[in-house]
Amino acid sequence: MKRQVTSLAVRRLLIALITLVIVSFAVFFATALLPGDTATILLGQSATPEAIEGLRKAMHLNDPAIVRFLRWMAGLIQGDFGTSYANNVSVANLIRGRLANTMKLAGLTASIAVPLALTLGITAAMWRGTLYDRIVTVATIGIISVPEFMIATLAVLLFAVYLRWLPALSFTNEVKSFYDLMRTYAMPVVTLTIGVSAQMIRMTRAAVVETLNTPYVEMALLKGASRPRLVLRHALPNALGPIVNSVALSLSYLLGGVIIVETIFNYPGVAKLMVDAVSTRDLPLIQTCAMIFCLGYLTLITAADIIAVLSNPRLR
Amino acid sequence: MTKSTSPGRLGVRFGYRFNLIGLSALAIILLWGGVAVFAPHIIPHSVGEIVDTDYFGPMSRDLWFGSDYLGRDIFSRILMGARYTLGISLAAVSIACFSGVALGMTAAVAGGWLDSILSRFLDALNSIPSKLFSLVVVAAIGSSIPALIATLSVIYTPGAYRFARALAVNVNTMDFMVVARIRGEGLPYLIASEILPNILGPVLADLGLRFVFIVLLLSGLSFLGLGVQPPYADWGALVRENIGGLPFGAPAVIFPSLAIASLTICVNLLIDNLPRKIRDRSAE
Amino acid sequence: MTGNLVEIRNLRVEATTDAGRRVEIIKDVSLDIAEGEIVALIGESGSGKTTIAMTLMGYTRQGCAIAGGEVRVAGVDMVKLSEAERARIRGTRVAYVPQSAAAAFNPALTIMDQVTEVARIHKLMSAVEARAKALSLFKALSLPEPETIGNRYPHQVSGGQLQRLAAAMALIGQPKVVIFDEPTTALDVTTQVEVLRAFKAVTAQHNIAGIYVSHDLAVVAQIADRIVVLKDGSVQETGTTSQILDDAQHPYTRELLAAFRPKAQQRGPECEETTKRPLLQVDNLTVGYGPRLRDGQPLISVVQAVSLELDRGRNLGIIGESGCGKSTLARAIAGILPAYAGDIIFDGRELGKAGRGRTRNELRQIQIVFQHADTALNPAKSVEDILRRPLTFYHGMSGKARDTRVSELLGLVHLPKSVRHRLPGELSGGQKQRVNFARALAAEPTLILCDEITSALDTVVAAAVVELLKELQRELGLSYIFISHDLSVVEAICDEIIVMYRGQKVEEITPARLTAPQHPYTRLLFSSVPKLDPAWLDNLEQNADAVRAYCRQ
Repeated sequence: MKRQVTSLAVRRLLIALITLVIVSFAVFFATALLPGDTATILLGQSATPEAIEGLRKAMHLNDPAIVRFLRWMAGLIQGDFGTSYANNVSVANLIRGRLANTMKLAGLTASIAVPLALTLGITAAMWRGTLYDRIVTVATIGIISVPEFMIATLAVLLFAVYLRWLPALSFTNEVKSFYDLMRTYAMPVVTLTIGVSAQMIRMTRAAVVETLNTPYVEMALLKGASRPRLVLRHALPNALGPIVNSVALSLSYLLGGVIIVETIFNYPGVAKLMVDAVSTRDLPLIQTCAMIFCLGYLTLITAADIIAVLSNPRLR
Repeated sequence: MTKSTSPGRLGVRFGYRFNLIGLSALAIILLWGGVAVFAPHIIPHSVGEIVDTDYFGPMSRDLWFGSDYLGRDIFSRILMGARYTLGISLAAVSIACFSGVALGMTAAVAGGWLDSILSRFLDALNSIPSKLFSLVVVAAIGSSIPALIATLSVIYTPGAYRFARALAVNVNTMDFMVVARIRGEGLPYLIASEILPNILGPVLADLGLRFVFIVLLLSGLSFLGLGVQPPYADWGALVRENIGGLPFGAPAVIFPSLAIASLTICVNLLIDNLPRKIRDRSAE
Repeated sequence: MTGNLVEIRNLRVEATTDAGRRVEIIKDVSLDIAEGEIVALIGESGSGKTTIAMTLMGYTRQGCAIAGGEVRVAGVDMVKLSEAERARIRGTRVAYVPQSAAAAFNPALTIMDQVTEVARIHKLMSAVEARAKALSLFKALSLPEPETIGNRYPHQVSGGQLQRLAAAMALIGQPKVVIFDEPTTALDVTTQVEVLRAFKAVTAQHNIAGIYVSHDLAVVAQIADRIVVLKDGSVQETGTTSQILDDAQHPYTRELLAAFRPKAQQRGPECEETTKRPLLQVDNLTVGYGPRLRDGQPLISVVQAVSLELDRGRNLGIIGESGCGKSTLARAIAGILPAYAGDIIFDGRELGKAGRGRTRNELRQIQIVFQHADTALNPAKSVEDILRRPLTFYHGMSGKARDTRVSELLGLVHLPKSVRHRLPGELSGGQKQRVNFARALAAEPTLILCDEITSALDTVVAAAVVELLKELQRELGLSYIFISHDLSVVEAICDEIIVMYRGQKVEEITPARLTAPQHPYTRLLFSSVPKLDPAWLDNLEQNADAVRAYCRQ
């Protein structure tokens, strides 16, 4: 039995690795092969053909695509992410501090959103059909139906414009005290938490409700078990796989969320860096940022998959 | 303990049951559809015309939703914006779902290496977060309207594929598929005549859901300034243009957001309250 | 208290339909159960037997509600109690043994954990006492390895054992009444004997009253003191077991009894010409899954080197318990699951192993009809569309000729023309199975493979379908291969019977020799089929070695 679990886990890791290769392939080819000549972008439309040709040579742009892809991959593996087109700084240097900022934001959000969403999702399933459940359900539908920037603008309107509790924009370099920290992070974290939790609550509730409809939960009910017992003792252990999956999927929603939130609150993270890079068509920077996000996403999903395998009682 | 409520209750017609929430949601969606089609004929002011001396003006009898950062009528701009938001999203979702569903059914029925390769490749694409994917593609090919439609449909094809394939795989295990196969039927018949009728309902619901995702992604892109480009403006772009009015709580920021929310929430509500076929044998 | 342990008076249960209409599914039912008495509720699917039994716990499934009446258990009316008060009674005074224990055990918890849970919920005894009590129950129910079986997870235990473990789970709270909800329906007959014996012994020992829900009169005859016959949610007849079996008054009860005693096949003259070549000849067919091993055998073989022969116009029965490979054999003959080795010779010509390797005409001549008409008919297509397709595909028919033929086919299987435009979901189980059969007939086949086609049907309906098959055989000169786990059905229609066990043919017999099978497994199998005689189980003596060897309890 144990060997089966290990081999399944290894299989998941392998799939993740293959996926990562396909993804990097997609990212590279989307940016490097589609119309728009890099040399022309760098030098501007007015550059002489000779200058462009020189630059193409210097950047190996005339090599076949597959060679360039392999060279780029080799660089990534060795930690060489290339040099930014826009300001000639190495991409690694540009990203380093930014990545920490984004991780802080994501970590803070996750540490609030996960417990909150699990509690709300599980209790909503436990008291299914009650007013409480209906309020939670309607609220989450509402939240996942609107764009993140709307949640952000509404939060600003409420907390900064009408209540005047918080500043509308955040600047991490001004943090001097815990109070400052609260004020700086409050808006982005609140916005992200609302969006991420809504997703997670919906999926958690659905996973628990599905297990509540099984014959073994009915059997437990006929043994005289209370509702909390039905949910916590009988449904939860079996819903663990789907719940972990929903947590991972919702956290990956964070990736989408931070792009908007960092932009709107002017937060110096990787996502903001990437949006700026897209405006300036700074390809090496875009590629690296994209790979970082994909790696984060894949790590989460694969971890969830492996936890789901481990939690399956049939494989114990 | 009343025996059987009357069958003449709201929405029970033609053997379908449709509740009030679903009907209202459908009405609002149709209203936006109508607005998108007839926008040029119903806007009170031209979208480029500066009609207010003030910027971020308040709501008034003439300018229902106030004015924008240049003093243009925001109501007219929202009505025109419906064309871009709905048009681009609808085009993208149609392409994505058509190709996704066609590929998904083929993979499920054909099985073997075709299924493995398609699934592995499309699942990998599916694991690139959509916003990120769109940023990368926009960086590469720009954000003209055809480019946006192409980008959005490419991003959402893998999801539609995965959904349709999962459904088709279930149908494929049914005995009637075995019967049809052993009768000697070919792939086109199996797909079009045996599988499609059985997955059509869920596929349409999924199309609605995917439409919501696309509207949200398009709005997000436009909000970042990477979507629909001036002089055109969809709802996301309207929020971006007028974000400067946020500190004053200007209606110009709020109403475009509300327009998006009204559309996406209604589509979600419609899907949750779709008309249900009544299978009530004792009623016959 | 007026004496009886359970008193149900004028019970009415309502269900809410999709359209929001409320329909009465239990109509004014009254019944009593005395202390220690076992009362059987018998009826076909949809007769409301499980619904009534469940009301003893004050429970109705989703969409249903008790609309009126009383359900008194030991003097307490379950209808009037609050949900919390009912919970206190569940497991302690009334307990439940489910139809499918495999589904009713939580896959994530150990068996002991679940068996002793009632004691924990109601704080009946200490954990040590509960374990000891569970152990004694495991022994009383003659479970193997009673000391350690509780440490396993449900998926590590066989179906028959799980069913007995479910009984242990019900009995641990020392209930006064136990609801047995078709507890042996999902089991093989050889396993069923053991489980029934265990139930009977343990209820007698603890003087437990029971309500036994079943559709199988023969099973009920073994265990019940009294029988209540139900139809469409109302009581048709009540009586002691012998009254019902020997002296049924109500026409419906008689119909049920009649369906249970199928008439034997009126056989035609024994093989008039032996020189004729057989219609179907199968030689050493091996079927399985996984990669082919070096010796040409599959990694997992389901059917091992089975041979059989079938003459034109005659019928062959294949019988065996679940997992014996009988359905797989049929699928290999049809070409659905290509055989690994062996030959299939049809009408003198060797057929390709896979359906893809056969001509359209070869495919047309062998049709297969599946057990579950629900999944065998495309739910999105009308009956007409379903029947038209083989006509177009095999015979190139269209327009009026095709429509006339559809009407003829419906007539052949005794279905009214009005079902033409219906979807399968709008038909009853028996009607669906007839459409399923009509589709096979549309191809104008010579051989029809019937895979458990009556198993999902109620007894009366199944009997009618078997009659129809015989009638069509006389009219159309068909041959059948009839696969079933139900000996009585096979007996009724087949000229020859093959008994299969674990992928191998163990014996080939004619119905004339049914009473004297040679192989020990065949003897065990045949002797395990319950008889309508209430003393059958008590008098049954089986070869203990055979039980140990062939019974996967």
